[in-house]
Amino acid sequence: MAHPRVSIQTQDFDLSDEVARLRASDKRVGAVCSFVGTVRDRNGGADPSVQSMELEHYPGMTEKSIEAMIDEAHKRFDIFGARVVHRVGLLQPLDQIVLLAVTSAHRGESFKACEFLMDYLKTQAPFWKKEQTPDGAHWVDARVSDDAALARWGIDGVSSSNAG
Amino acid sequence: MKVTIRYFASIREAMGTGSESLNTASTSLAQLRDELIARPGAGSEFLARGRAVRMALNQVMSDESAALTEDCEVAFFPPVTGG
Repeated sequence: MAHPRVSIQTQDFDLSDEVARLRASDKRVGAVCSFVGTVRDRNGGADPSVQSMELEHYPGMTEKSIEAMIDEAHKRFDIFGARVVHRVGLLQPLDQIVLLAVTSAHRGESFKACEFLMDYLKTQAPFWKKEQTPDGAHWVDARVSDDAALARWGIDGVSSSNAG
Repeated sequence: MKVTIRYFASIREAMGTGSESLNTASTSLAQLRDELIARPGAGSEFLARGRAVRMALNQVMSDESAALTEDCEVAFFPPVTGG
């Protein structure tokens, strides 16, 4: 396929354009499942304390790790194509951060692959968020629930064995 | 051997740099981490045992037993928080 499967970019993306490109002229496709993650103005509590967010990544490893997880999704699920767009740099509440889209013949495989890819990305792709709040800037802590989400796919994130 | 070390996020800030070259006698990620912890200077306590530190070798998430090779790229960073 000429169109890249993974894009890391500062600019915004358009879900309709991405889905249109992903399923372009592929008459086998009967299902498209997509996910879009956006910037919240709060983290945990009800207090809208997040003013902006800076996203850092590891150029090279980021693309490589997401390509590898798409390969893994193709092995596990009966899907035709997958597309991941992740933004980096300075983002504001309401901004889109991440897009994920998967195509398949029937909905079940797309739903599963989409969730699998997102669980994988959350714990294995080298991105880090730094939030700007009225109390200053701080790095966002990883969530234990994200590791648990990946574990249900039978993957014990390499990361968890490195703790300590 | 010569290795390139990359640091990211809170560990990059603590080390005061995003990248350095090092000549090392260490042969594994664990040994290299110990060497950096023992080195006087900024940020080494951020790599200390008990801290949540993730490692990559040649841009693949790896555990501490991974063996270093000449001119390899090692990275130290906190647990990832993308998506």
